[in-house]
Formats: sequence, C-alpha cells, structure tokens
Amino acid sequence: MYGIEMVKGLLVTLKNFSKKPVTIQYPEQRVSQHPRFRGEEFTWYEERCTGCASCAKYCPLGIIEIVTDPSETAVKQGDKYKLEKFDIQLFRCMFCGLCVEACPYDALFMGSGFEEGKYTRNDMIITIDDLRNSPKNPSTWYRPQLEAKQYDPRSGQQLSWKEVGRESWNWHKTEKAGMRITPDSNQE
Amino acid sequence: MTCVLEGFYQTNALYQTIHSVMSGVMPCWLATIATGIMFSLFLVNIFLVSTALMTWGERRLLGRFQTRVGPNRWGPFGLLQPIADLISLLFKENLIPRGSDKLLFIIAPIIIMMPVIMVIGVIPLSPGVALADLNIGVLYILAITSVTSLGIFIAGWASDNRFAIFGAVRGVAVLISYEVPVVISLLAIVIVSGSMSLLDIVEAQAIPFLMVQPMGLLVFFIGSSAEMNRTPFDIAEAESEIIAGYHTEFSGIKFAIIQAAEYGAMIVTSAIIAVVFLGGWSGPLPEYLGWLWLLIKILVCVFVFTWVRATLPRLRIDQIMAFCWKGLLPMSLINLFAVVIETFILKGPEGQLSVADLWIMCVINTIITVCTVIVLNKLISNKVDPLRSGSRIVSQEELLLDGQGD
Repeated sequence: MYGIEMVKGLLVTLKNFSKKPVTIQYPEQRVSQHPRFRGEEFTWYEERCTGCASCAKYCPLGIIEIVTDPSETAVKQGDKYKLEKFDIQLFRCMFCGLCVEACPYDALFMGSGFEEGKYTRNDMIITIDDLRNSPKNPSTWYRPQLEAKQYDPRSGQQLSWKEVGRESWNWHKTEKAGMRITPDSNQE
Repeated sequence: MTCVLEGFYQTNALYQTIHSVMSGVMPCWLATIATGIMFSLFLVNIFLVSTALMTWGERRLLGRFQTRVGPNRWGPFGLLQPIADLISLLFKENLIPRGSDKLLFIIAPIIIMMPVIMVIGVIPLSPGVALADLNIGVLYILAITSVTSLGIFIAGWASDNRFAIFGAVRGVAVLISYEVPVVISLLAIVIVSGSMSLLDIVEAQAIPFLMVQPMGLLVFFIGSSAEMNRTPFDIAEAESEIIAGYHTEFSGIKFAIIQAAEYGAMIVTSAIIAVVFLGGWSGPLPEYLGWLWLLIKILVCVFVFTWVRATLPRLRIDQIMAFCWKGLLPMSLINLFAVVIETFILKGPEGQLSVADLWIMCVINTIITVCTVIVLNKLISNKVDPLRSGSRIVSQEELLLDGQGD
C-alpha cells in the first residue's frame, strides 16, 4: 500500500549493499576445514596396519584392494604379514569413512584435503607408496583420541604412529602381533 | 576572409575553440566539417567507453547488492572485464537463422543502437557545451528514443523465432504505453521552463525541478525505466519465460551491440534525468567544473536504476499495463494540470517564473504528489469483495442441480 512495501524492499537491498561481501575468493582465500573433515589423502600408518583388510571388507563400494604376502616374514615370532598392495580408487570414493570406522588398529585415517583433481582416472588411484609418502596429518574424524589432544590436522603438525592410537589399547606395547618390526619400533 | 560559425554552434564554447584552431590550417568549410566530426567522435567515444564501463559497474553494483563481489579477476577491480567480454563476443560465430529476413536481421542492432547515440548530441555537458543546442531538444529526444521500439520490433520479426516475436510484441506494447506518461511529464517541465532547449531548461532551474515536480520525476523515472526494458519491466527479454526475448537469435557482435544499446540507454536516460530534473551542471563548485556535477548526478541516477533492478522482481504484462494506464497516466495528467494552473496564476508579465514562484510550486506539488499517491493506491488496490458484490460460494451439488434445471 502506498508503495511503502517497495521502499522497505529497497531498504533491505541497501542494507545488503552496505554489508561486506560473503564471497571467499577461493584460490587466494580458503575456508579453514573442520578438524573432523572427511577428505582426500588418506593418512595410513604402515607400522600399525596388519593387512587384515577390514577396511576393504567394509567399504560399500569395494574400492580398496589389499594384497598381503606371508613369505619372508617371521609370522611365528609375532611378525605380521608384508603388505604388497593397498590401492584406494579415489575416483569412486564417496568419503563415507566406513573404512576408518572399521580399522581395528587405528591405522587408517581420513585426510583433510579436497584438491585432488587429476586428468585421468588412473592418476586418482592411491597406491601403497602414495600412502607411505603422504604427510601424516590425520583427520580427527572417528578418532576421539586425537580430539582429546585437541589436534588440528590443518596446523601442519605431523603425528607419528605411536601418537595416534587409543590410550586404553596398550596392545602395541605388550603384543608383537600386528606390529611391523622396524628398527624404529624396536627402540621402545 | 573571416571564418564565422553559424546557428546553434555559436553557443558551443568547446566547439568554437576547436574550430578556431582548425581554421588556421585549412579552409573554412573544411574546418567546420572537421570540427563537427571531431566533436562527434569525441562524444561517441566517451559514450561507448562509459557504456563499456557501465556493464562492469552494473555487475559490480548488483554483486554488492547481493553481498557478492562481482567481476574482479581481470584488471584492477575487474575493470578490464568489458574488454574480455567484447573479445569473447567478437570471436563468437556470427549466426543468421535460415528463415530470417537477412537484411532486417543485420540492420536491427544498428537501429536499436543509433537513437541512443543520437540523443547524446543534445545533452549539455557544461554551460554552452553541447554538440547541438537544438531549440526543440526535448521533442528531439522523445522522437529519437521512440525509434528504439521500431528496432526492437524489427529484431523480433526478422529473427523467425517465436520467442523473439513474443518479446518484440511485449517490448513494443510496453514502449508505446509508457511513452504517453513520459511525454506528459516532460511537457510539464517544458511549461515551467518555457523552452524546449535543454540548455534553457537547465538555466531555468533556480531550484531543481526534482523539487518543483516530484511527481513528474517519479513518472519519468518509472516510465523511462520501462522504456529501457529494465528489470521491474523487462518482460521484453524475460529470461525465465521467453529465452532472451527479441534478441534470442542474435549472437556475436550483434548481441554485443544490442547489449551496449541497453546499457547506453541507461546512461542516456540518467543524463536526461540529471539535466531535466536534477539541475544539470549547476552546483556549488565553480562553473568550469560543471561537467563533474553532471557526472555525479548521472552516476547517482545509474545507482538508483541498479538499486531498483537489484530489488524488484519482474511484473506480469497485465500488471505493467495496469500500472501504466491506471497509475502513471493519471499521475502525469494531474501533475500537468497542477503545473499548468500554477504557471498560469504565478507567471510574471514576460511569462517568467521567479525563484519564489518555484518554491510555492514546490510546496503545492509535494502536497499534490502525496495526495495523488494515496488516492490512486486506494482506487487501484480496492479489491472486489465477493460477499458484498452479490456473488456467493457455490457447492458442487448446487452446480449439478443448476445444470439439471437447464
């Protein structure tokens, strides 16, 4: 009536005009990810992994392929199987995080990245060497022990395999099973 | 042999300066022609550059109105965005539909563009600086801008596309309807200022005609906004209904020319509003900075046009027509009658109005504007009450019984 509503509408847009734009200029500015972000670049600790393939079993898409080799390992002395293959077909991954939930030894973690664009699908397959060499910045998703430490994966601080386990599970100090015997792990 | 300019060029200071320099090196007739071409090129290039900047400015402003940033990647603050757009459009394929009228299809963008460029010839930039100080300046503007509707209809007709012809028909209907209140609101200005020349109109504004005729400005602003096919009235190119309206089939440089004409029309309309209603070059700064005042006033008008575009959604065709014939036309007529009666009573022995007279008109016309808006709102928004008008809610059974009775 009397054009008052129109003036009100004009004032709403004028109020918006005086506001700061909400746009984040992506390549220069970034939204900081939540520590629990389920992203790319899975963090994997070879020392903790037994090759049990729980992650591969629980994956709804069946995109994790694990091949283990019992030869050349002292299984009877408590040594674990040697891992030959740990492929994650990232181009089909939906980042549900069930593999991380399923891991009984806290060996697999989600990552915080989201910029893994590649030109071919084969480049999107994460091999075991990629997992070995990737920076150890685990996401705290489904890992309350990391949240208890108030660990932030975006801070750049890297965690070693001894720091990421659950405190109540002291199995790795007493048992050899599941532990890959390396010079580093023998020092404890 | 002395070289003297004739006609309206004598009042143009910039024109005379250029001419006196040119006549030193070439014969008089050649100097006159060369000066005219130079001045026209100067104006047209300023106009085209400002149009290009306008596309950037409007997108930035719209972005800020929607709390976005707008184009800012290419150049400082994205200022080179128009160049990128133009290069992108230049390299597009130049399509002409098979069933189209090829000659009309090619000249349609030019017909849309030409009136916009021609209007800037009469707009006074500064005291005495206009390409042509026509004594029928207002009439010239109205006559020339009406040609745009011809261009729009040619564009829609020649495209051989149903959406284009829909858009063209809608555009022409809106243009013809809104021409009436716009002409009447400008007529009231001419009555007060006593001249059709834009220079005289600016000089007659002891106080801006914005205050003397607020209703005239309202009608002219809304009407010209509809004539430019800008957003509350952009049914001629409604993207969500008819793909792009009359320029659906235009691509490449033809599309660029049509877009430039639309943005140029906004600048030209803002310039006309600034000259006719906001006092043109007059302002507190010294006289040689008049162009700066005109520029500021034009930019304010452009801002308001963009603001309205960012706020209001598109109207339906019947709402637009009803708003024109039931709202703007009575308003402009009331404004005209009020101004005519006031001028008849208040005018001096030479038909001139003093500043005191203008202030009296200002007060009276403001009151009339408020009253008119309220009364017209009552009249237009008076909905028919179905219970009082004798009609009643009929159930399904009653309808069936009525059918059997027949």
